[in-house]
Amino acid sequence: MASSNSLMDSLFQRSLEDLIKGLRLGESTFISRSLEEIRREIKLTDLSTKSVALQKLSYLAALHGVDMAWAAFHAVEVVSSSRFAHKRIGYHAIAQSFSDQTPVMLLITNQLRKDLNSSNEHEVSLALECLARIGTDDLARDLTSEVFTLLGSSKALVRKKAIGVVLRVFDKYPDAVKVCFKRLVENLESSDPQLLSAVVGVFCELTAKDPRSYLPLAPEFYKILVDSRNNWVLIKVLKIFAKLASIEPRLAKKVADPVCEHMRKQNVGKSLLFECIRTVFSSLSDQETALKLAVAKIREFLVDDDPNLKYLGLHALSIVAGKHLWAVLENKEAVVKAMSDEDPNVKLEALHLLMAMVNEDNVTEISRILMNYALKSDPLFCNEIIGSILVACSRDSYEIIVDFDWYVSLLGEMARVPHCQRGKEIEHQLIDIGTRVKDARLELVRVSRALLIDPALLGNQFLHPILSAAAWASGEYVEFSKSPYEIAEALLQPRTCLLPDSIRAIYIHSAFKVLVFSLGAYFSAQEPTSPPLAQESTSSGHSVVNGFTYNSISSLVNMIELGLCSLSGTIDVEVQERAKNVLGFIGMIKHEIAEKATSQNSETEAHRAIAFMEDVFSEELGPVSSTAQEKVPLPEGLELNENLEGLQEICREVLEPMAESDYSSDKVSFSVAKLRIRDQEEASSSLPPPLESSSLLAEHRKRHGLYYLSSQKSEDHNDREGNDNNTSNEYPPANEISVDSFKPKKKISKPRPVVVKLDEGDEPKRKPDASSSNDESLSRAIQTALMGKGKGKEKEKERVKENHEMNVDTENIEQSSRREKKNKKNGERSSKRSSRRQRGKEASVTKPVEVPDLLL
Amino acid sequence: MRLLIRFILLQNRQGKTRLAKYYVPLEESEKHKVEYEVHRLVVNRDSKFTNFVEFRTHKVIYRRYAGLFFSLCVDITDNELAYLECIHLFVEILDHFFSNVCELDLVFNFHKVYLILDEFILAGELQETSKRAIIERMSELEKLE
Repeated sequence: MASSNSLMDSLFQRSLEDLIKGLRLGESTFISRSLEEIRREIKLTDLSTKSVALQKLSYLAALHGVDMAWAAFHAVEVVSSSRFAHKRIGYHAIAQSFSDQTPVMLLITNQLRKDLNSSNEHEVSLALECLARIGTDDLARDLTSEVFTLLGSSKALVRKKAIGVVLRVFDKYPDAVKVCFKRLVENLESSDPQLLSAVVGVFCELTAKDPRSYLPLAPEFYKILVDSRNNWVLIKVLKIFAKLASIEPRLAKKVADPVCEHMRKQNVGKSLLFECIRTVFSSLSDQETALKLAVAKIREFLVDDDPNLKYLGLHALSIVAGKHLWAVLENKEAVVKAMSDEDPNVKLEALHLLMAMVNEDNVTEISRILMNYALKSDPLFCNEIIGSILVACSRDSYEIIVDFDWYVSLLGEMARVPHCQRGKEIEHQLIDIGTRVKDARLELVRVSRALLIDPALLGNQFLHPILSAAAWASGEYVEFSKSPYEIAEALLQPRTCLLPDSIRAIYIHSAFKVLVFSLGAYFSAQEPTSPPLAQESTSSGHSVVNGFTYNSISSLVNMIELGLCSLSGTIDVEVQERAKNVLGFIGMIKHEIAEKATSQNSETEAHRAIAFMEDVFSEELGPVSSTAQEKVPLPEGLELNENLEGLQEICREVLEPMAESDYSSDKVSFSVAKLRIRDQEEASSSLPPPLESSSLLAEHRKRHGLYYLSSQKSEDHNDREGNDNNTSNEYPPANEISVDSFKPKKKISKPRPVVVKLDEGDEPKRKPDASSSNDESLSRAIQTALMGKGKGKEKEKERVKENHEMNVDTENIEQSSRREKKNKKNGERSSKRSSRRQRGKEASVTKPVEVPDLLL
Repeated sequence: MRLLIRFILLQNRQGKTRLAKYYVPLEESEKHKVEYEVHRLVVNRDSKFTNFVEFRTHKVIYRRYAGLFFSLCVDITDNELAYLECIHLFVEILDHFFSNVCELDLVFNFHKVYLILDEFILAGELQETSKRAIIERMSELEKLE
């Protein structure tokens, strides 16, 4: 009964076509029903039924996401059939579904071996294709010898596929190189373009990973470059040379000529032309003729209507922009035109090229153009533009900026671009410029005021970082502002409740600074003998501020008090604390303000308090190097190394970010006085930090030793580098008054401030990519294989006359390789050689691979 | 970073995959994600735009023929124009094989399409660029069936 059942089943089995038709009718349960059928059918013994079932399953798996891993064993069964059709279906299923984890993988080794040795080339090719797709380490190892035989097969088709497989085999089982490499290299000399294409493809891959090992093969590649007419082959060879020439510059000179030849051809295919250009730009850019020719050709790409070519032209230009900007400048119009193209890819490339062209003279003009584009573009591109302007202008501490006033106002303008999402970077730059460029502070305060006053900006969360920077700047440099009252009012306006608490805290603190400043001005203005404020060293170049009457000061104080009252009960700790601090301070001095109007006593408690607070805020904050912490000298008697070495290993990620000092934290806490700099002394001295701070530091360390890295400091180390602490405030004091003339600013970029470069870099040291042991053993194996060949070449060279003709030399190489082929046939000899090679492997690996002189 | 073709996809405008061949190991769920993302990427692009888009850390080179998108995912440094020709070659072969191929042909003969593809690309590398050679080979294979 059972057998008749199966007969019935096989008679009425749905074929693949039926399955597809059924699927297209769109029944939802059709798939599950078909799966049921398939499961039944596939278990039957009849191979035909089985294979049709497998075929249907493959279809479902490929296009409808059905899992077919469960049918692995059945696939193996089907493959063992002698009928080609079945084999094909089986192999297809295997290639599609097998992975490294398939348990029945072992079962196909023998089947593969049988098929690889088959006389029927189609079976062989099936097996090869399958191996290429699913090859595991074991399979690669077991089947290496078969692949090796096939590499020498008389049938071109088989050889071609074997070559294709070789790469995967090498990947998984590097020792295969010793066996197969020679055959592979022999195939380089084949005349069949398809074969050549396959071989060159393999080498292209291999060279990409490890160029040095394949340098000795350069002569063969050169021959192909010169002789071949097949575009695919040429493209691959060009890629190989791109990699080789970048590590061996003498090769570049040799290769430049044939490459130019190809470029000059009349009907050269665009793909080949592009690859030539790309090769020249990336690796041969030192060869003048080649470079000029390539640039001329790229112009054709740029003006072509085809968007693909335009894009590629721009892309190629960006490769060469670094070293040869003139090429980009020549094609400026094309680049600008591309900025308004519709394709986002093209626009992006054009943007990058424009930014490469930016320099001191044209930065204003280009920024203006770009900002106009930004306003008209979609959010993505708009932010790209803004981002790239920010990056280019801030490079190397604003190297290309001459007019900082203009730049600061540009930053403010960016804040008003509707789609702007670059708040963080703008914030960073605003503060950075504030601390580094004294003369820009007036403009900075002006721009900040405009930003703070506008209530609409508070609603845009992307702008909050910018507002935070504006608030900080307004507070820190309040002496430059025209109306402190206005600032304080803006800082405490009701809509600030939309800000996150951390920024709110900054707002309050800035209001505090404004208050202190105003009080100081008021109180000192009361004394008839006090010098006019305009001459105080800290308030340089500001407008009239000492117009504080009793009325104005008390209204200021009242306004601040009112504004902060509501905050004294907020949940956020930071905000509450600051609000209460300010309110407390106000409470302390408030009654004195009224008195002040009448009495002239300058020794009141309030007066002293105000003077003290003023003093606190009069310290100028500058940018701090991230290595500054380590440069603070170690107090004697403090032993850190012993305790902290072990700890450092464990807490590496925790400790390192701590060591970077972040001046955004400086701006909110004025009690960390250790790393402040006095600007009066900077011009003359290279002082170590004042004594009281180092004792404070020692105390701090004792209490919080955990957070300090062990430091190797010496006094003399600090001496020279102490200047780095007094970083970029070295704008000559003579400039402090001038507001109007911008010309002196040019000098700012000339005696450039000591650039605070981070010595150890920002990120924790990245471990070098641990190349897999496979990669290493592969390159070692290849080097040994080639070294043996190379030694043969060297002997040849001695016998041959000094002859730079490439052809003659390649002929010699052929001779020597043929000789080696003969040796290979003698199995004993070769094994001895390989064992000798193995012993010598260690030595040969460390020697750099010699480029045969016949190349040069 | 291997310089090979990572996958080939044939999708129609609605996003249905008509052919998917992967040359790198991927889980089923990842494959679905990839197919969905690639479809979204290419279907929205205007015909006047370039035929290359960046996809994750690679590049997708695509072309639309009638209602089908042929997409090839390659390494970022690969030669785009060459692969565009590769796609065209593939389409020409299909056309020749099925005589004015249409989407339905591909649906009903998916195994044949795979066969052609396997002759064309092995292990992610282009192995045969002659249309004539592939067609000859296919007819040989047909005879064996």
